[in-house]
This record gives sequence, C-alpha cells and structure tokens, in this order.
Amino acid sequence: MADPMRIRARIEGDQCVVRVLIGHEMETGQRRDATGRLVPAWFIQRVTATTGGRVVFSASWGPAVSKNPVIQFSYAGAKVGDRIQVTWVDTRGDRRTDEAVVSA
Amino acid sequence: MPDSRRPVWWAALGGLLALALGTASVVAQSAQETAREIERYREAVADSSPGELWEARGEDLWKMPRGPRNVSLERCDLGQGPGVVAGALARLPRWFADADRVMDLETRLLHCMVTLQGLDPAVLRRQPFGNGEQRSDFEALSAWIAAQSRGMTLAPPLDHPAERAAWRLGRELFFVRGGTHDFACTTCHAQSGRRIRLQELPNLSRPEEARRVLGTWPAYRVSQGEMRTLQWRMNDCFRQQRFPDLVFGSEVSVALVSYLLHNASGAALAAPGVRR
Repeated sequence: MADPMRIRARIEGDQCVVRVLIGHEMETGQRRDATGRLVPAWFIQRVTATTGGRVVFSASWGPAVSKNPVIQFSYAGAKVGDRIQVTWVDTRGDRRTDEAVVSA
Repeated sequence: MPDSRRPVWWAALGGLLALALGTASVVAQSAQETAREIERYREAVADSSPGELWEARGEDLWKMPRGPRNVSLERCDLGQGPGVVAGALARLPRWFADADRVMDLETRLLHCMVTLQGLDPAVLRRQPFGNGEQRSDFEALSAWIAAQSRGMTLAPPLDHPAERAAWRLGRELFFVRGGTHDFACTTCHAQSGRRIRLQELPNLSRPEEARRVLGTWPAYRVSQGEMRTLQWRMNDCFRQQRFPDLVFGSEVSVALVSYLLHNASGAALAAPGVRR
C-alpha cells in the first residue's frame, strides 16, 4: 500500500496554489542492485487533480522524475472549502487518490 | 649570458601560479554555488519536504500496537516520562536508570521495542537503515520524534557520571586514528573551511559549526532519497574511514553521538532537516 500524499491547497490572490508531496520510489529501470541485476522500472506515469468533477491539472511522467516528488500548480476559480482530489497511477498499475480541502 | 634566461623562467612560473590560483578560485566559486543551490532547494521544499512522509509513518509506528506483546510505543520513556515525545530530542543522549546506560534516540527506541513490544533485538539490528523499498522503522520514528522538538534548544544533560563518561569516550574516539587509511574523525572534521569535492566539511570541534549541522539531524538526504539518523551518520563515517562495522546502538556509537551533540549544545533544533 502506497503512502498517503501530502496535499496543501491554499488561496493566494485569485488563484488556488496546490502543493503535493508524493511518496514513491520512482525507479528508472536503469539502476543495478548490489548483485548487478537491473532494478525494474517502476514509476508514476499519470497524475491528475480534479475539483468538482473538473480536471485542473494532469501530467504524464517518465523515469526522469525524482523519487518522492513534489509538484506545485495553481488554478483559478477556487473557493475556500472546495475539495480537490489528486490521483496517480504507476507502471505497476497501482494507484492512489487523496483529497484535501482548499484553505484561505 | 647564462643569467638572461632567468626572467623568462620566473615569468613562466608566475604564469603557472596564476593559472593554479585561477583554478582554485573557480572551484571555490562552484562550491559556493552548489551550497547556494542546496540552500535554494531547502527553501523550496521547506513546507513540503519528503521527510514528512517519514514523519507520518513514524507517528503511525509510535501509536500502532506491534510485536509479540501487541502494544504500542506510547509507554516508551524517552527521558521526559513514559509516552512524552515533545522535547525528548533536546535532552538526549542521557543516562536511563532502567537500562543503566547512556542512550541516544535510536538506541532508546531499540530498547523500548525490545522491552515493551517484545521484538527481537537481533532482527531489529539487521534493518536499522532504510534502503528503497526496505524501510527502517528507526528512521521513521526518529523523524517524527525529532519534529516534536522543533524550535527547542538542544541541551543534552551531563550530570550523571555515565553521561560524562560517554562524552569523554566520544571525545577520545573522535581523535583516534586507525584503519587501513590511518583516518580519524578529525582528518575531515577538525579544520574550518575545508571541503571534499564540493561538499563542505564542518569543523565539529567548534561549537558554532557543530550547532549549525547537528540541530538538523535526523535529516532527509536528497541524494539517497532517505531519512537518515545520527546512528546512520556514525555508521557511514566508520565505513568511509574503513573502520570495522559500527554496531547499531553500541556504546561506541552512543559515545560519539554524545560528544558531537554536546559540542552542539545550545543549537536551535530544526530537525528533520534536508541535506545534500
């Protein structure tokens, strides 16, 4: 089971600034272990954020994104108390969704 | 005229010297730039450091009933009374009457896992440090406990004779040269303004430098993507010096941690920090 994401969503001016910390190994598939075998690739491929059924952020990721990545994005038209859901899907087909409430 | 060549020779030497000085200043400059970039990274992740993932897991581990006795660590006495976590890091290492020895944070956690939860110390010692998917409970617990002392002042006690003995042993060990490379802690950490490649080496015998560094441990190590504890730092310094393996929670490891944390006494705690 993957670790929960840490999501912070705050209104700054007319924008909602969202910061997401994701716990993930993000293995590139290029690394070898102590015995010389390739460590199989295992990374997040898709990240999506939705609020009220509207997609406000989406990204397609490859192996170049770091372990335990942090992302930040902003969008317009948010209100305090809105709920925002962030979902990631990785190369193993594992997925995780977490939710945060927009604060002032 | 044999002397006519001399000025040419000196000019050439001067040129070489200038070149050497030039290279040195370029290296110094890029060292500064690296330090600045790491500082910028620290600021960027200040309110979403990956270390928070370890803190969250550490809190769960503290409160979760585990081991053969199926109890949580909430009765573990870190020196401030059973279950008191706030401020614990500021007053460690210390002497514990129930174990009759000086313990640092990780050693005390090991003690609690064994005595309260009934976990096997031999098994626990096999996984003191995380490595990718193999995660260490000590690193997570230390991160969370350290976070509960954020902003406090580091003041490890030095009242009990055993605490003074540990500090003295740590100081001895800090200066002992040995191993195949004839290294000591002081080889890298007893002069100010030194670096290895682009990595600054703090002079840990100077309180102001020790405070700046030790107040941020345990720390998230960016290059490893892991939370690291002082026990890990001691262990890895032993490896780098080609010393024998340092046993997790051993008297020697705690003594070194004691010496370093006493040098840093008065530091404002900002752990878990972020390091290269």
